[in-house]
Amino acid sequence: MIVDDMILQKVKDMPPSGIRKYFDLINEMEDVISLGVGEPDFVTPWHVREAGIYSLEEGSTHYTSNSGMPVLRDSISEYLQRRFEVNYDPEKEILVTVGGSEGIDLALRALVGPGDEVIIPEPSFVAYQGCTAFTGATPVVIDLKAENEFKLTKEELIAAITEKTKLLILPFPNNPTGATMDREELSEIVEVLKDKDIIVLSDEIYAELSYRENHVSIASFPEMKDKTIIINGFSKSHAMTGWRLGYACGHRAIIDSMKKIHQYAIMCCPTTSQYAAIEALNKGDEAVKEMVTAYNHRRRVLLEGFRKIGLECFEPLGAFYLFPSIKSTGMTSDEFCEKLLLEEEVLVIPGNAFGKSGEGFIRASYASSMENILEAIKRIDRFVKKHS
Amino acid sequence: MIEINRDLRPWWGEGFLYKNIDLGGDKLVEILNILKKNSRYTNEEIGIMVGKTEEEVAAIISDYEKRGVIAGYTTLINWNDTQRQSVTALIEIKVAPQRGEGFDKVAERIYKFPEVSACYLMSGGFDVTAIVEGESMEEVAYFVSQKLSIQEYILSTNTHFILKRYKDNGKVFEDKVTDKREAIII
Repeated sequence: MIVDDMILQKVKDMPPSGIRKYFDLINEMEDVISLGVGEPDFVTPWHVREAGIYSLEEGSTHYTSNSGMPVLRDSISEYLQRRFEVNYDPEKEILVTVGGSEGIDLALRALVGPGDEVIIPEPSFVAYQGCTAFTGATPVVIDLKAENEFKLTKEELIAAITEKTKLLILPFPNNPTGATMDREELSEIVEVLKDKDIIVLSDEIYAELSYRENHVSIASFPEMKDKTIIINGFSKSHAMTGWRLGYACGHRAIIDSMKKIHQYAIMCCPTTSQYAAIEALNKGDEAVKEMVTAYNHRRRVLLEGFRKIGLECFEPLGAFYLFPSIKSTGMTSDEFCEKLLLEEEVLVIPGNAFGKSGEGFIRASYASSMENILEAIKRIDRFVKKHS
Repeated sequence: MIEINRDLRPWWGEGFLYKNIDLGGDKLVEILNILKKNSRYTNEEIGIMVGKTEEEVAAIISDYEKRGVIAGYTTLINWNDTQRQSVTALIEIKVAPQRGEGFDKVAERIYKFPEVSACYLMSGGFDVTAIVEGESMEEVAYFVSQKLSIQEYILSTNTHFILKRYKDNGKVFEDKVTDKREAIII
């Protein structure tokens, strides 16, 4: 038996990571300032960690309900109503998942298959195409444009919809661009979708990281409530990436289907994480506010830094990424990032790692200390001057 | 704008005045919080962080300084790792409050000593906490016995020496914190 031949072709066909070489380069270098990290630099607030630790001391180490602890689902329901004015029945319309990532995967596996099309605006999180491909459905990419600040327009959406379109992924606030969509912009998307049999998978994992206005969920439009699955979690808002906990909210039929897959594949989410998450939702507002304030300061400083350097960049109002254009340097995204790393020991991610519309851009994460950001700006300035 | 609220007259004396200073809104408080974390940011950097011009930030800070909201600037030093001999003690002091002056006059006598780096009026089992710094335990002990406890209206003192600072002013004193995250997370 040749083991390689036993691997499914569709898995073999998945393209390797476009940034593999950066991992290899980084391993050979010391003192690199990495602006390539897509997770908070904060650790989980102590009171949240303590709640998880306490649950272990109390012996809470057994399985929970497949859907997640009832008290956690109650807390999620109350939180979503309080923060984003969307209302979900904790009993039937909320499923606790292993990170927002599992929520995305479950939703796709429950809803789409061969013959279906899934619209994916890009640049965006790399998992959307991968998870779609695993279902056998066809990803249909919309290349978002810098002149629209990488927001999805109704014209782009209309052009992408076919009779096979079953699902639209709506990733705002966005990784890697930091773009957000406000109520008015979403209402145009709602206008397109309201009479169509298309489900919206709204990845709102960065919802708390909104810097001008409160995040608006497309599910808050009454005509979209039953058609939308909200994916959210604790990773970015509460710095709980390693706890692997998120949730999906939607119509009971969808949540029930997702739960079926979840219960066979996962059983339930980590119990310790669920106890910690209850504490995070009920008493974590102050800590979230502090982190968001810190991100906002860094966002402004890094944006001003790029603009002074001469790299064009729209003002992102969400997540913790900037997506400046490096076209003025004449380099490709890969060239820019590799040379910057080797010459100035600053790591940023080429925009094309998130879709071909990201070519000519870089993703810089400001989930890093202000000191690192200020130093990185100096080094990038030196680099751009040298290569001008 | 400074308002003095003369209606607050707690039981411990009439010499207590409560200043109700208008800090001027969330944005201005944000500036204070930034300076509290790191007072070496330039006015330009602070302006970028809060969305104001460098000149606006300078004016705001100057105003806070004049009104005493910003009482001073200092540097947090971790003496643990230096060769400098340094001892810090926390002194619990019981005081007989003075008629018409409350505790304020006695506290003034205490905090005027340069050895006293901080002085607080307390609730609970004693009245005043004084933080005293010296180069040795003997020096601090001498100060307490020869200068502090002999003061009129000081009834008793209880001295505790700080053996190790774990955290001070919001800063944890430990080996340099490293970023434990993977360098690349998509």
